[in-house]
Amino acid sequence: MNIYVLLKRTFDTEEKIAVNGGAIAEDGAEYIINPYDEYAVEEAINLRDAHGGEVTVVTIGEEDAEKQLRTALAMGADKAVLVNTEDDLEEGDQFTTVKILEAFFEDKEADIILAGNVAIDEASGQVGPRLAERLDMACVTTITKIDVDGSTVNIERDVEGDVEKVETSLPLLVTCQQGLNEPRYPSLPGIMKAKKKPLEELEIDDLDLDEDDVEAKTTTMEIFLPPAKEAGKVLEGEVDDQVKELVSLLKTEAKVL
Amino acid sequence: MSKKVLVIGEAREGSLRNVTFEAIAAANIVSDGGEVVGVLCGDGELKEMAQEMVYYGAARVITVSNPELKTYTSDGYAQAVHQVIEDESPEGIIMGHTAIGKDLTPKLASRLESGLISDATEVTAESGDIVFTRPIYSGKAFEKKKITDGLVFATIRPNNIPALNRDDSLTGAVSEKDVQISNIRTIIKEVLRKSSDGVDLSEAKVIVAGGRGVKSAEGFEPLEKLAEVLGGTVGASRGACDAGYCDYSLQIGQTGKVVTPDLYIACGISGAIQHLAGMSNSKVIVAVNKDPEANIFNVADYGIVGDLFDVIPKLTEEIKQMKVNA
Repeated sequence: MNIYVLLKRTFDTEEKIAVNGGAIAEDGAEYIINPYDEYAVEEAINLRDAHGGEVTVVTIGEEDAEKQLRTALAMGADKAVLVNTEDDLEEGDQFTTVKILEAFFEDKEADIILAGNVAIDEASGQVGPRLAERLDMACVTTITKIDVDGSTVNIERDVEGDVEKVETSLPLLVTCQQGLNEPRYPSLPGIMKAKKKPLEELEIDDLDLDEDDVEAKTTTMEIFLPPAKEAGKVLEGEVDDQVKELVSLLKTEAKVL
Repeated sequence: MSKKVLVIGEAREGSLRNVTFEAIAAANIVSDGGEVVGVLCGDGELKEMAQEMVYYGAARVITVSNPELKTYTSDGYAQAVHQVIEDESPEGIIMGHTAIGKDLTPKLASRLESGLISDATEVTAESGDIVFTRPIYSGKAFEKKKITDGLVFATIRPNNIPALNRDDSLTGAVSEKDVQISNIRTIIKEVLRKSSDGVDLSEAKVIVAGGRGVKSAEGFEPLEKLAEVLGGTVGASRGACDAGYCDYSLQIGQTGKVVTPDLYIACGISGAIQHLAGMSNSKVIVAVNKDPEANIFNVADYGIVGDLFDVIPKLTEEIKQMKVNA
């Protein structure tokens, strides 16, 4: 099987967010593979081990994303591609990303593309379904289980807590939800091997695109932090009294009962 | 500049979801005095629900009934709504940021080669621009975005933009549209209902959430009882999910759901930064935890230091009493 994974480098979930000069401060931040994309990498490796073929991990971003690609290779992916937009793009959005991916996939015969259901930074969840539409592929979002049998694919997906069982066929794009698998940690031999695995670097020129083709349809006007929450009231006294006081406060002060 | 704005309505178990009415209110701001047009897809009688959209502010509603639209599929709904868009040539589209909204709108935006702003919590008109505020980094920060080119297309997060008041003196035309649907590539074999009461976490007004302090799957029972009394639903921290006390679909946090209920009651949750990202924008937060140093108390409006197995049943009883007396 010809398996592709869409991967994004994101802030570590432990990071506190600060805004500096109208942008998210990146100084000293730790980066990880977007956790939902990590499920996609894991599942891609499992599919390859069961059905043969090759796993290629693709990211769009800056030079620094090489680190996350190497991690995916160390987990067991076979090849990686970085579309480096550092010199060409000031601001992109999901339209931009998908335009680039569409051009990238034009001459690829992908059987399955796995993406995260959402990225934990911008959290639009658009890239997977948008790309499926451009490539005219069937698309199933928020999957928690996948079985491939020939060209038939049986999937379970999370729909607001319910489980929907879906039958579809390859070629296919899926977006991965928590619960799909438990991503492995790269092993030491895996990390050594990853250093020698192919990592191709492209620019949008190489995909016959220029800045105008991928110009964003949206723009960010302002980034700000939510107002700091003031420390609340910790109740005192016997439990029975605290409970009575709480109900009274919820009713009269907070007005939520 | 006034605009024609479509609102894609969504029903669950035969009635419209509240977020549909919230979407009409948002569309009203986007339209700036233009026309707000509802769209409703399904199979069978849709007129009554269409009428309801009119009462909440839609100037008219287009219903699309087709056997292929009985259950939601991306292919079926994308084709149906796309045909309505081609007929109507709207300048704006608004839908709820629900499971269906998240699945459908990116496909439509891609087909239309348009921008799309997902998961807005606020819509404002600012000197000629329509500005959408949306959380990023799971609510650790917010951004204001606008569409720079063409269609103003957005999804709105449930529970954030107030619906207009229902007014059953409002009138508006309800028209039917036939659509051609072919090549649906996914077959829904079965839906296993796990959410007991049909209230999704993202739309719930009250959430009672449990963490590691709940100690076991059975430990969720007092939380469920409290949720029931409050007409709410149960959620969980990653700790509780990882420990196998509950299903991952209940997880609230940076991975998992981001929620903004009116009342969030955190039981035995320490308050890791990833969890706080998913719930700290709730309107009122109550924390119950044995550990007075727990981080959750830093975001809670009201805190009780104590054993949740002691506190929660008493709280349930007290609220029951209050409701009886009311």
